[in-house]
Amino acid sequence: MNVLVIAEHNNDEILPATLNTINAAKQIGTVDLFVIGHDCQDVIDSGNKIEGLNKILFCNDKVYENPLAENISTLIQSVSKDYTHILFANTANGKNTAPRLAALLDVMIIPDIIEIIDHNTFKRPIYAGNAIATLRSSDICKVITVRTTAFEKAIFGKKEAIKIEILSCEKTNLTKYISSELSRNERPELTAADIVVSGGRGLGSTENFQILEKLADKLGAAMGASRAAVDAGYVPNDWQVGQTGKVVAPNLYIAVGISGAIQHLAGMKDSKVIVAINKDEDAPIFTVSDYGLADDLFKVVPELEKLIK
Amino acid sequence: MKILVPVKRVVDYNVKVRVKNDQSGIELDNVKMSMNPFDEIAVEEALRLKEKGIASEVIAISIGVTQVQETIRNALAMGADSGIFVEVKDTLEPLTVAKIIASIAKKENIDLMILGKQAIDDDMNATGQMISALLNWPQATFASKVEITDKIAKVSREVDGGTENIEITLPAVITTDLRLNEPRYASLPNIMKAKKKTINEIKIDDLKIDITQKLETLKVEEPSKREAGIMVKTVKELFDKLQNEAKVI
Repeated sequence: MNVLVIAEHNNDEILPATLNTINAAKQIGTVDLFVIGHDCQDVIDSGNKIEGLNKILFCNDKVYENPLAENISTLIQSVSKDYTHILFANTANGKNTAPRLAALLDVMIIPDIIEIIDHNTFKRPIYAGNAIATLRSSDICKVITVRTTAFEKAIFGKKEAIKIEILSCEKTNLTKYISSELSRNERPELTAADIVVSGGRGLGSTENFQILEKLADKLGAAMGASRAAVDAGYVPNDWQVGQTGKVVAPNLYIAVGISGAIQHLAGMKDSKVIVAINKDEDAPIFTVSDYGLADDLFKVVPELEKLIK
Repeated sequence: MKILVPVKRVVDYNVKVRVKNDQSGIELDNVKMSMNPFDEIAVEEALRLKEKGIASEVIAISIGVTQVQETIRNALAMGADSGIFVEVKDTLEPLTVAKIIASIAKKENIDLMILGKQAIDDDMNATGQMISALLNWPQATFASKVEITDKIAKVSREVDGGTENIEITLPAVITTDLRLNEPRYASLPNIMKAKKKTINEIKIDDLKIDITQKLETLKVEEPSKREAGIMVKTVKELFDKLQNEAKVI
């Protein structure tokens, strides 16, 4: 089996999601990595030191500075005949591009896999994680996105993989990248953080979220939120944890003022240790938490923050 | 400008789904079905474009068993002009659905397709991207804002780090994210009016599309359950547990 992993990066560095995807790929066969970007030499240089890679393909061209699905999918299609499997991380980019590539190859996408049974058979959550389906694919080339939290990260070693340059393909002029508004913060990336502090509607306002942010900064944690808090406009949408937001599985997840709707639980229930703080002792979040505290968050969160050195 | 809105009939989002005892799938007997919530957002966006005078016609399409016509009827009650129904007995995977919709879009001279980013049953997140690939149209997935002038759509997309803004030239495919709009409820007079609107039926055989499925579901099972832990009484106790028992801080 020859597996191609599409690197997730920001033209400066490889993002951790790539490392989880590579480890999933290793369970299937020989792994090549494909770095598509612009001015991304650092990504290529660090990428080819990831342990267990056979080759690293790269295409370093202005066209790929911003990852438009139209351009990236045709470029990947141009190398696809050498591969039995093409894997993406199930990130916004992966979810945008992988199905388009699959349709170009006339194969069915296998999204968001959490387990590899054999090279044809995979498990994935359906119904917001309320059921797990086992699927077998009959396609010659399988296009897959990987739920990164379900796989360990590959590590960087010393041995370098063989570098192969891929020529860029014709670009679309029908889609134009204009700009990005990325939230800037010094905190770790939500899906890669060791600790996540997450707030819900119980916080009541943007200002009140500051007490959680203080706690998060003391712990070196990422900030998350429930859909209710995002919909209410308290926090930006990229903080949303849940089936339609981000799926996280940190060592410690602290849910504050979150009742625990099914769709939120689907995004965090694989966390190693879950703490729930909610004044309603019947809140469903307590059915998945390791440590629950039924009390007023405005009283206990500052208290907890003070205890942490 | 003609907008086609594919809509899917799914288990209502308030229903707690149950896995069948024989692990062949999800229990669907006597379960409330509704339009996929992301598709409601798509219908709403199409209707707003029509109300602004940008679109001239909004057509809802659904593929499936006889009952999916109820979902088309819901779209008509919200305000869509007409419907297209393609009857198939089995559940089709997104690639086949995309092939059917792409072929109909060509025949109907569609300028814009708006659909949900994913269906809340199989959570595939694929049909929109696949349609645009098959038609070689631009795609704007996970849209949180859409503005159309002439043949250009400016779309804000929800991406991992925040928002990305792109411009796509029509004809194109847009998939909706949660915050694009708040879908309207169908009013009683509009529900009555919808009964008189036309749903055109297209025979799957006439489309000459291979509907062989490439993914086979071997088994559907319950996820592993997480055991509830303990309740602590005080912040001190919580801190102590995290530090000395779980050893996570």
